[in-house]
Amino acid sequence: MYTVPLPRIGTDVAWRDAAKRLIGAGVSPEDILWDFDNEMGELFATATTLPPLTRRIKAPQSFVQMADWVVWHKDPQRFARLYALLWRLRHQPGLMQDRADKDLAKLRHMEKGVHRCKHKMKAFVRFRDLRQGGERRSFAAWFEPTHHTVEPTAPFFARRFADMDWMIATPDVTAQFVDGNLSFHPGQPKPDLPEDAAEALWGTYFCNIFNPARLKVSAMTSEMPKKYWKNLPEAQHIQGLIAGAEAKVQQMRDNAPTLPPERAAKIKRQLRDD
Amino acid sequence: MAKLDLSQKLAILSDAARYDASCASSGTTRRDSRDGKGLGSTEGSGICHAYAPDGRCISLLKILMTNFCIYDCAYCINRVSSNVQRARFSVDEVVQLTIEFYRRNYIEGLFLSSGIIQSPDKTMEDMLRIAKRLREVENFRGYIHLKTIPDAAPELIEQAGLYADRLSINVELPTDNSVKAFAPEKNPATIRKAMGDVKARKDVAGERSYTGKRGKRFVPAGQSTQMIVGADMSTDATILGQSTRLYSDYKLKRVYYSAFSPIPDAAAKLPMIKPPLVREHRLYQADWLLRFYGFAVDEITAARPDGNLDLEVDPKLAWALQNRAQFPVDVNRASKEMLLRIPGFGTRTVGRILSTRRHRRLRYDDLLRMGASLKKAQAFITAQDWSPGGLTDSEHLRARFAPPPEQLSLF
Repeated sequence: MYTVPLPRIGTDVAWRDAAKRLIGAGVSPEDILWDFDNEMGELFATATTLPPLTRRIKAPQSFVQMADWVVWHKDPQRFARLYALLWRLRHQPGLMQDRADKDLAKLRHMEKGVHRCKHKMKAFVRFRDLRQGGERRSFAAWFEPTHHTVEPTAPFFARRFADMDWMIATPDVTAQFVDGNLSFHPGQPKPDLPEDAAEALWGTYFCNIFNPARLKVSAMTSEMPKKYWKNLPEAQHIQGLIAGAEAKVQQMRDNAPTLPPERAAKIKRQLRDD
Repeated sequence: MAKLDLSQKLAILSDAARYDASCASSGTTRRDSRDGKGLGSTEGSGICHAYAPDGRCISLLKILMTNFCIYDCAYCINRVSSNVQRARFSVDEVVQLTIEFYRRNYIEGLFLSSGIIQSPDKTMEDMLRIAKRLREVENFRGYIHLKTIPDAAPELIEQAGLYADRLSINVELPTDNSVKAFAPEKNPATIRKAMGDVKARKDVAGERSYTGKRGKRFVPAGQSTQMIVGADMSTDATILGQSTRLYSDYKLKRVYYSAFSPIPDAAAKLPMIKPPLVREHRLYQADWLLRFYGFAVDEITAARPDGNLDLEVDPKLAWALQNRAQFPVDVNRASKEMLLRIPGFGTRTVGRILSTRRHRRLRYDDLLRMGASLKKAQAFITAQDWSPGGLTDSEHLRARFAPPPEQLSLF
């Protein structure tokens, strides 16, 4: 029996390394306990020495890529499920092409969940200006991801916001980018971030780009689920916009066509003469 | 008139921009700012940073530079004869808004459009100053979409293409006659010439010179256009025919359909009714069938004698219901082309079927796991353990999908 401890930061590398050793030594899935971030507690806290890396078993590229996503899922069974599929792949090399296999379908579904979470994190993180002065500007955000997606998503923010310092704090893992260096730290409670005047302007934009004649609330919530709203400054306007939409459209309808302003005739005359 | 502050201007000029359908930020070159000398990145797929309660994606800061306009297009809120409140951003204001919104991760970039002030050239020059400042002074590497003024000088449009990821020129309405009737100052031929120029210039940029060097990057995300649906009497067949020509003649990335929407202070010659949004939705579905599913325009529009799409069922289902002789299709044998024509099967499902079919025969449950919508598909397919029996030719088949007839309002 092997108990494999996996750290919260660097989970992907640790799992891949352990899986390589275990599969190389022919250890079957039933003989492995995966322990993420000491969640099993003292009872199983006897990390066993992993077998040395002697024999290399080749796994298909598509599996490796999928595993790189799935390890960040919140399902406690993710590591065991991945290893079980890797175990089957030894004798069924075509398995990755079988899109209807139940185990693979489950893993693909989890992969999609992580994919979506990562995508939503890129979209919904909202930075606030810390106004600290100095050569580089600095910003911070509080975000609550569904899966453990801070680590795989942070490089995106590093590529995009390289000329400023930033921090994304979450209950899971906190990412920090200072002077061009990205680092990860344990999660934390929601920090007190200073008010940012840009949020009011952003709210103004959100309210005015909305077209009340096309109310479609379910289309909004399917892409921007309510669980994200509490950390989105613009979301405070949603209820009011929905409630007032019908009245706004009615008002447009009731207003009789107006007479053109005086300058209209003059401008049109000029256009014709040109 | 009291001077407007930034927030008031933003309210007026984003309100004026909401009738532009596009908010896409995808399909451009990959860029980042890892060198620490600029701001922003683009990575192929776009990002929707928020959704408004109208269900539309907010990806870009979509604003007008000004809503003053000397043209009098009947469908437009900003036409010269409208009494809408007017405003104008300074170059600095647009640049600062874009950069500060971007730094807070609200947006992917800027979609800048404008009313025509003084002259088309003058308007285009002012828009270019904004794009140039963003790229050259702020080193902004995010996405820029510029709505091009078709009557502007070709060299100005050429310059716009060097700063922008995407250019768009709106054809506005499905037919030349409608453009003449509703947008008297616009000329359909000029619009087409401008689109042709952009295409030609982009073709040149893609070629390598004799030294093997590529030309300067020119609108890497291509050009798109928009037409208003429901303001004139054009049928869906006319609209889709026009789109097909636009896609092939000008290699457009997208044709956007915008259901005519009642606007404040509307012109008297336009309908003040809420548009059937479903018509716009059906047009997009048909557009997809034309581009990715191998359908021809007349196949899609032949289902109904009036040349319009069926509003009750989607165009693929409508086609299948009309062509039942071609069904049921055996998912274990059918060609890719035929699989793509099965209602409830998307391009991804078809890809998965083809890959799995090499290993074993497919059953009904397999298709479920692959993401097919079997509620739609089941009447049109056979699988290892599934046959639709009489369902395919049942006279009640359509009723299973179409919504029940609406009860008439008593008042």
